[in-house]
Amino acid sequence: MNTESIPESSLSLEALKKGDRHELARMVDLYSDKIYRLALKFTNNPQDAEDVLQETFLKAMRALPEFEGRSSLSTWLYRIAVNESLMLLRKQKPDLALDTPAEEEDSEEGGSSNGLILADWCCLPEEELLSEESRRFLDQAIQQLPATLRSVFILRDIEGMSIRETADLLGLTETNVKTRLLRARLFLRQQLSRYFGERLKEWEQK
Amino acid sequence: MNEHLDCQKLLSSISDFVDGELSPDLCQQIEQHLNECENCRIVINTLRKTIDLYHQQPPSESLPQEIRQRLFHRLHLDEFLNHDRG
Repeated sequence: MNTESIPESSLSLEALKKGDRHELARMVDLYSDKIYRLALKFTNNPQDAEDVLQETFLKAMRALPEFEGRSSLSTWLYRIAVNESLMLLRKQKPDLALDTPAEEEDSEEGGSSNGLILADWCCLPEEELLSEESRRFLDQAIQQLPATLRSVFILRDIEGMSIRETADLLGLTETNVKTRLLRARLFLRQQLSRYFGERLKEWEQK
Repeated sequence: MNEHLDCQKLLSSISDFVDGELSPDLCQQIEQHLNECENCRIVINTLRKTIDLYHQQPPSESLPQEIRQRLFHRLHLDEFLNHDRG
């Protein structure tokens, strides 16, 4: 999803800032699907995602009169939603490491000297890669990422934002986004390689 | 002057490489290394596939009706629940 693809021109910013309730309701309907889905990715929990959704619009409605339009309305709403998600995660897991993914323990066979798992699972059929079970694994694997890496990965690789948009939304430099993206991607590749490496063995035995 | 590009160095540029954000020069060095190093080929291919799988999300469903109702209620916008969406 690209924030630019959202038809926000159909909303009157002036009416929103004045607190026009009909226009506010339209704004909620326009963005709530996307914000809920984003929150679900962050939290992997429908109840938490709903809390984030509600808090996002409550805060937005309170802050709208002050909204200066320096970023687009969608980016602004996204930023609130990301902050709400991160705050909720921090509250739930105050000890959540903010910077480093859990150290990899990869002395297993199939690992190279630097710990990378080298199973070549790309050839697995799509129905295996995209099965419901695999999807659940993919969603869980994101949750293993520390929040700072998770936000970058979700916005850039799942939502499809550019490096620049991601940096803008998270208040990071582009270099910082790239560094975190690299770490997040390598971490997830490793998780998926462990998982699909096993599937590959089973599949080859069939 | 072809400096040997080792696997570790490739790893640090791999993300920019799959995004197509590297200079043509560095890109060429990596591609050359990939011709010679099967392990790095696997790492690149599985990294690409990982990103690809995450990017292929199931079609997004609209917000479940009861969540929309609770949201409108919380925002004191109940009277707009039955208005056309959008």
